[in-house]
Amino acid sequence: MSAIDQPVRKKDAMALVTGKPVYTQDIAPKDCLVVKLLGSPHAHALIKEIDIGPALQVPGIECILTYKDVPDSRFTLAGQTYPEPSPYDRLILDQRLRYVGDAVAIVAGENEKAVEEALDLIKVQYEVLQPVLDFRRALDHEVIIHPEENWKSLAPVGADNRRNLCASEEVEYGDVDQVISECEWIIEQTYHTKANQQVMMETFRTFTHLDTFGRLVCVSSTQVPFHVRRILANAIGIPKSQIRVIKPRIGGGFGAKQTAVSEIYPAIVTWKTGKPAMIIYTRRESFTSSSPRHEMEIRVRLGADKEGIIRGIDVYTLSNTGAYGEHGPTTVGLSGHKSIPLYGKVEAFRFGYDVVYTNVMSAGAYRGYGATQGCFAVESAVNELAAKMQMDPVRIREINMVRQGQVMPAYYGEKLNSCALDRCMAKAKAMIGWDDKYPCKDMGNGKIRSVGVAMTMQGSGISGVDTASVSIKVNDDGFYSMSIGATDMGTGCDTSLAQIAAECLDCSVENIIVSGVDTDASPYDTGSYASSTAYVTGNAVVKTCAALRQRIKAEGSAQLGCPVEDIEIDGEKVYRVDTDESISLKDLANGAMCGNSNALSATESFSSPVSPPPFVVGMAEVEIDKETGKVDLIDYVAVVDCGTVINTNLARVQTEGGIAQGIGMALYEDIKYTEKGQMVSNSLMQYKIPSRLDVGTIRVAFESSYEPTGPFGAKSIGEVVINTPSPAIANAVYNGVHVNIRELPITAEKVYMGMHKEK
Amino acid sequence: MIINIWLNGRQLTREIEADLLLIDFLRNNGCYSVKRGCETSNCGLCSVLLEDKPVLSCSTLAARADGKHVYTLEGLQPQAEEFGSFMADQGAEQCGFCSPGLVISVLAMEKELNNPSDEEIKEYLSGSLCRCSGYMSQLRAIKLYLDRKGAQEYERN
Ligand code: FES
Ligand code: FES
Repeated sequence: MSAIDQPVRKKDAMALVTGKPVYTQDIAPKDCLVVKLLGSPHAHALIKEIDIGPALQVPGIECILTYKDVPDSRFTLAGQTYPEPSPYDRLILDQRLRYVGDAVAIVAGENEKAVEEALDLIKVQYEVLQPVLDFRRALDHEVIIHPEENWKSLAPVGADNRRNLCASEEVEYGDVDQVISECEWIIEQTYHTKANQQVMMETFRTFTHLDTFGRLVCVSSTQVPFHVRRILANAIGIPKSQIRVIKPRIGGGFGAKQTAVSEIYPAIVTWKTGKPAMIIYTRRESFTSSSPRHEMEIRVRLGADKEGIIRGIDVYTLSNTGAYGEHGPTTVGLSGHKSIPLYGKVEAFRFGYDVVYTNVMSAGAYRGYGATQGCFAVESAVNELAAKMQMDPVRIREINMVRQGQVMPAYYGEKLNSCALDRCMAKAKAMIGWDDKYPCKDMGNGKIRSVGVAMTMQGSGISGVDTASVSIKVNDDGFYSMSIGATDMGTGCDTSLAQIAAECLDCSVENIIVSGVDTDASPYDTGSYASSTAYVTGNAVVKTCAALRQRIKAEGSAQLGCPVEDIEIDGEKVYRVDTDESISLKDLANGAMCGNSNALSATESFSSPVSPPPFVVGMAEVEIDKETGKVDLIDYVAVVDCGTVINTNLARVQTEGGIAQGIGMALYEDIKYTEKGQMVSNSLMQYKIPSRLDVGTIRVAFESSYEPTGPFGAKSIGEVVINTPSPAIANAVYNGVHVNIRELPITAEKVYMGMHKEK
Repeated sequence: MIINIWLNGRQLTREIEADLLLIDFLRNNGCYSVKRGCETSNCGLCSVLLEDKPVLSCSTLAARADGKHVYTLEGLQPQAEEFGSFMADQGAEQCGFCSPGLVISVLAMEKELNNPSDEEIKEYLSGSLCRCSGYMSQLRAIKLYLDRKGAQEYERN
């Protein structure tokens, strides 16, 4: 039986559902020092004086570090391939504080009470500076957030710290102004998406200790162990050879843990004291001092001819990276590169952006990574175009959508080898009953039911950059152990990659044991982000299995005394095609452990020149209260083309989960600050995420294309699934009450105000 | 102060600080299945059974459990495995960090509600947040599990 396209149980499933101690905090040594941070009360300030004397007197306090105790060389916390596009703009502790919560001091002690007491006793005198809080006014503001001389940008991303500019670019294809000026129908609108928290249930956490050889061991809930090794070396100023990073089970990441939010603090404590140390972020700290989605304001101009063919798209994005530039230069690119190419008849486009520093918490990576923001803007603009033309928003997509075989100028000129977007649209339409329900129905009880649509794409890894390596070896009795550097963070890649290996090696999934990730032992992988695991690491598995099969065949040919061309493997045995003479894999494997000099193992790496896009069509049915403007989600249909589905359960649940997160973003998630830059929404009380009562019914289906460059035809699925809810729900609201919501989230107040303004 | 707790069926006597939270008491005593996801009683990750009723151990003082029975998944392994295998078959645990709290609540719900509707299930479990799954797979697992339990009951009678 094939191992692909099956609902295989996750290898760690039973351990997780029975509550086994497998997460970072569960496995930490009991004698770890408790590490906590003193956060800045000001959005922008300089430390004039800091007195730690009284705090050091608290019994049980082991060390207190301030900016005077840490290296003065800047680095980035972004988990990206070197040379990172994100600027080197951080210190472990800095004299200048750039947002409320920015670390002022690190305190480590024997227990939490002592540490809390010491935190209270640290006396700081601040020189309070004017903060820059409006990202629309940040560029060339008189206040410079990173005036320091040793600020550094490693990559040509158009950054200029003297202008509060983290990145800037403009690309144009064809003459977009000319093309749009010739169009019958033009839409020009600005859309605003807010910063959102990932809210993985396990907050940021790390413990560190020194091993037998005096090396720094860092066990962390991270998506990017190999990048963390480099980041720690940069931050502490020690050789990478002195660091080992281990990833246990992770309680969710969604991109948050693609930034080394928590690692540097216990690491420097352990390095200075020689003692084990652990930091566990409270939920509040996870909200106030972490790495949320970039807030963006996106201006879209589109032009269509009288039939509704979209001929030109012009997108400009202003992105708010906050106090530091983690993922600033890269997230913004996706707002155009993953939204414009969906429209296959576009003759000209322009995409420009600026990414600016402000005095709020640094943004980072969150599932969707800029594509989500761009999707809301461009899909909303297309919906507004359809409305203006009095055309069905499904119809306008049907006549404009990109098709398999097309070259996509707005997607790095890649050719689209696999695309079932048309089938996704047809299926979604049938599932939700679009033709019956569009645009809306008055329920007669003060409520209106209406439907809305959006479509989206993402990538599968970062082309030419992401690198995955896999090692597989044959053990006694012929079972395989596979080492991967990709990080399973609940996504199930330890299982889905084993399915790919089992398919390649004609064996059962149970016959493949998987281990990852320990930077000392695992083969290199950039990590689990950018929707890379199934496609990039999956391809590395295929390549490694092919190499291993060759080695097994070579061993078989030696044992069976024939040329290797005459040898075949069927999973159980190695046999001669000419005589049928065979040796079981078990005997071969056991034999290889005695007097053998041919290692039955293989390691291969893979990197892709292309990043084939998966697609989703999302349709929402909502119920709007005409009295209050309240929007309830009734039904959400998502139809996905992720190429071949590797694990049917995991793909479905990833989709349902991504849609639920997208619903939160659409309807209520919003990081709010006071006018002084203090975060208001710093708990689950104020920052509400969807509960099981809020998501309506989420229904998912797959319409698979076959991606010729993917492992068994697979593309990615992790991120693309979060993008459609905001524009689809906004569209449903418009179709119900003729209000265009252009700023997320779609709250009752905004809908109510819109209903009363436009009347 | 000194407290006596029946933890997972075994009696424990411990000297504790009066303000010690039950969640910390439990984790200090090896019950690592109990997770913390917030400080505001919003997530349900820390759910345990106190005298057979689900409580949030993050907002319960350990002292309140003095003389009482507390169960965590460490003491409910067969039950966790039974329901958990339905979760596993749906892929309803992704990161799994919310799973122990959910399993506790489902075991309690099973005792309290007879033949619950989808809406009643969602209502009963609304305090258990999950950021990974979107909840649908959990609902599928719960319904299949309750159906099977119901069928077994029926056969027995
Ligand atoms: S830890 Fe969140 S409710 Fe108890
Ligand atoms: S499975 Fe990750 S929070 Fe529920």
